[in-house]
Amino acid sequence: MTSALEKAKAPPAKVPRDGPRLTGDKLHARLSATWERPRGFIGWLSSVDHKDIGRRYIVAALVFLALGGALAVAMRLQLSRPQNDLIGAARYNEIFTMHGTTMMFLFAVPVMQGMQIYLTPLMVGTRAVAFPRLTAFSLWTYIAGGCLLWIAFLLNVGPDIGWFAYPPLSGPQYGVGKRPDIWAQMVTFTEVAALAVAVSLTATILKQRAPGMTLARMPIFVWATLVTSLMVIFSMPSVALASSFLLSDRLVGTHFYNPAERGDALLWQHLFWFFGHPEVYIIFLPATGFVSEIVATFSRRSIIAYPIVVLSLVATGILAFGLWVHHMFATGLPRVGYSFFTAASMSVSIPTGLQIFAWIATMWTGRPRMQVPLLYVIAFIITFVIGGLTGVMIAAVPLDLQLHDTYFIVAHFHYVLIGGAVFPLLGAITYWFPKATGRMMSEALGKISFWMIFLGFQLAFFPMHISGLLGMPRRVYTYPAGMGLELPNLLSSIGGLVVALAVLLFVINMLASVRRGRLAPANPWDGTSLEWATTSPPPSYNFAHIPVVDSQSPLWDGKGELAVVHGLRVEERELLLTTVMSATPDVRDPSAHPSPWPVIAAAALTVMFVGSIFSPWAVLFGTVPLAIALTAWFWPKTKEPTLEPSIS
Amino acid sequence: MSRVAALILPLALCGCAGFQNALGGDGGEGANFVRLFVLFTAVCTFMYLLVMAGLFAAVLRRRRNADELTVDTGKHHESAPLVTRALAAWAILIGIGLMALTVASFFTDRSNAAITRDPQLSVKVTGNQWWWDVQYSFADTSKSIRTANELHLPVGVRAEVTLESNDVIHSFWIPNLAGKQDLIPGRVTDIQLVPRKTGLYRGQCAEFCGVQHAHMALDVTVESKAEFLRWAAAQLQPAPAPRTPLELAGYRYITTRECSVCHNLSGTPASASVGPDLTHFASRRSIAAGTLPMNKGNLYGWVADPQSQKPGTKMPTIGLSPDELHAVVAYLQRLK
Repeated sequence: MTSALEKAKAPPAKVPRDGPRLTGDKLHARLSATWERPRGFIGWLSSVDHKDIGRRYIVAALVFLALGGALAVAMRLQLSRPQNDLIGAARYNEIFTMHGTTMMFLFAVPVMQGMQIYLTPLMVGTRAVAFPRLTAFSLWTYIAGGCLLWIAFLLNVGPDIGWFAYPPLSGPQYGVGKRPDIWAQMVTFTEVAALAVAVSLTATILKQRAPGMTLARMPIFVWATLVTSLMVIFSMPSVALASSFLLSDRLVGTHFYNPAERGDALLWQHLFWFFGHPEVYIIFLPATGFVSEIVATFSRRSIIAYPIVVLSLVATGILAFGLWVHHMFATGLPRVGYSFFTAASMSVSIPTGLQIFAWIATMWTGRPRMQVPLLYVIAFIITFVIGGLTGVMIAAVPLDLQLHDTYFIVAHFHYVLIGGAVFPLLGAITYWFPKATGRMMSEALGKISFWMIFLGFQLAFFPMHISGLLGMPRRVYTYPAGMGLELPNLLSSIGGLVVALAVLLFVINMLASVRRGRLAPANPWDGTSLEWATTSPPPSYNFAHIPVVDSQSPLWDGKGELAVVHGLRVEERELLLTTVMSATPDVRDPSAHPSPWPVIAAAALTVMFVGSIFSPWAVLFGTVPLAIALTAWFWPKTKEPTLEPSIS
Repeated sequence: MSRVAALILPLALCGCAGFQNALGGDGGEGANFVRLFVLFTAVCTFMYLLVMAGLFAAVLRRRRNADELTVDTGKHHESAPLVTRALAAWAILIGIGLMALTVASFFTDRSNAAITRDPQLSVKVTGNQWWWDVQYSFADTSKSIRTANELHLPVGVRAEVTLESNDVIHSFWIPNLAGKQDLIPGRVTDIQLVPRKTGLYRGQCAEFCGVQHAHMALDVTVESKAEFLRWAAAQLQPAPAPRTPLELAGYRYITTRECSVCHNLSGTPASASVGPDLTHFASRRSIAAGTLPMNKGNLYGWVADPQSQKPGTKMPTIGLSPDELHAVVAYLQRLK
């Protein structure tokens, strides 16, 4: 004890740190040596760099978007005319199940989390996420879950029960073969992945912000990330429980959802929608974060009413947990209870309406530059507000009882999800593409694909309101002639094809620009948040010196100059932790090295999860390789203790 | 009111068939829906136009060129008082709009609940993959009607439909008359229908229920009380006896061979209840829950190979010989 104290008083050992004497190229070389991932394929697999992980998340999610989009085209071809026999009933049911499942679980949530993993450490001014290996593990788990679903589909054992898989249709008696099991287990994979990311991001945001970045100075996107991550943590356990109940009903004969044995078919709907509704906001809130950043940068002014926008995010996140029954208005629950959920559902439009006001007012008082990211924001407002207002309609019980489960709902949620999340996402990809790749996307191609997506979308989805009102239920593989459904469906199909082509064009633009795009400077759009302070693309260690922040728009207020702190070690991976509220420097903390064990652990988990589709014993025996992988992952490194004074 | 709806939704005009139309408003609850829908659409359209006006004004507003490259920073906490006032006004406007809509929604809901006190007719509908089992019970308990995939309702009479499911979750939806109500195994739910206009309507299952969810329709006939009573009286009769040798052969096949394993024909040895009741089959408008219109050609096609007409249906393709097929169809057509 005393000797340790004496040692601590002794002059600090000679550990190299960044500082005035170690800067520029020399610092770059030494930090790179510490933070770069190892070479080769194993090195690639071992990477724990949040930029690698985030990029892979986004690429994988875009691949799933393409697959899900191809299925959408197939459905629109089948529905382009009445009594079409292009795709049979069973195949069509698989296709819409795969489309919904892929888009919700394998595209929308992961792509948002991928963007968050990539951007959050850069925006808060740190070198890594809080739990790099856990984040790497989540990536591989997610990819394994996606592959399970799609390989099953290609082997013709894909799920055919709809993306919310209501029992008893998905239960042991009516869900044939292993189709529902594969769906349920895919859900488990993606839940594990999403939870791991959420935990990592929450800790990153709360403890690793640059000195001076108080909560009130965080970029709105970081706020959105914090709120959605907390929502993931509170909502995903519900669906993980639901899908585990379903699997055990199917595999070991429990009767959670079997009314004949005093189970309850509605239990599933409560558990699923308690997750399912927050999930929509888990997809939508990051998009509002994109919008806030883009609006500020392209209007060249800070966002108006920052506290209101932040409080709206938080309010939406809380309200999202009180709405789930509006998916169940037709199930015959007590009407007094419905009234509560009607009022709660409608009240969501207050925070959303305030946010929209803030964005429009920001543009009004700023000087908007009409470049592709801002165009997507404008398209977002035009489109999303329609989806929000139809959402107000279906919050009313008497309206919902007609519109529920019709194409009106299909129109509503595509307006909300494509208009509300995909448009901002495409804007965000265009916006941060130069940061991630060092090259700009083509503005001309970007504008062409923008107009095609925007107009094609309206053509595809507006007529669905009409077909729903004319009595077309969703999830039908065909419809009779003479009900007036021919024209709206034909228009939808044409619009769908236009959107598909436009997304293809967007991806071509991305691929071409990675190779041949105009080289991007560090801050091509003159943005204000910290990610624009580092080079494009950022080095493996993100920032040579950790920036110090004293306003909400640091790069604008500092006129390009940023104060920095020194003193992090360069031979070791080290982060600066700050306090939760005021972001004053707290401690230096080591950060995990690259390791192949996360990917191996994910593989072991995959074996266990896939095995448990077929036998409950897989859960038992599957824990052995998983335990080995986790033990190796967490094996403590023996290292000489260095007693150094901490930063204060 | 519905004319207003048609003006707001011009595309709705392109399909005026209207027998499966949420904007039809041909029942008590259906009419309430149309009224409330028009109100919501009007309010929402107003709010939408307001947002769009703000958006386009913000984007297209004239600005001095010199401003273009400057950045406005650091003033995010202290917005101009005008902006603050506009924000407050906007919040109040949203609040009032929502309040009005919520209250309108509650009152409509209450009115829907009140429409249906003291039902005068009770019908039990049971959902099956992929057909509707329909049973009428009367005060005289010795009388009851069992039919399938069709619903006859006397106009102006309050009917209470009790809903159950034999297998998975279905949803009962006749858009012209009322909203939808799920049929959930292990639970009994109900919905009240008060048809206001005679006519032929169509209902359809609205909750995905398996392979042939798309072909689970319900033919609805709203008729005068007298016509309804005539129909009910006819339905109470046993299955008509065969008149020709061909019909007799069909009768024998249906009542003694594969068909009788699943189907019921009152007054004959066929008395199973796995499949739809066939007692007055030929009096219905369609075959196999709206899959095919009722006519001789479709009957041949259906009986010969149901699996190609409605893939996945529980009715197997038996492989009747041509003689058997002729006979079965002949007797089925007799079942008026």
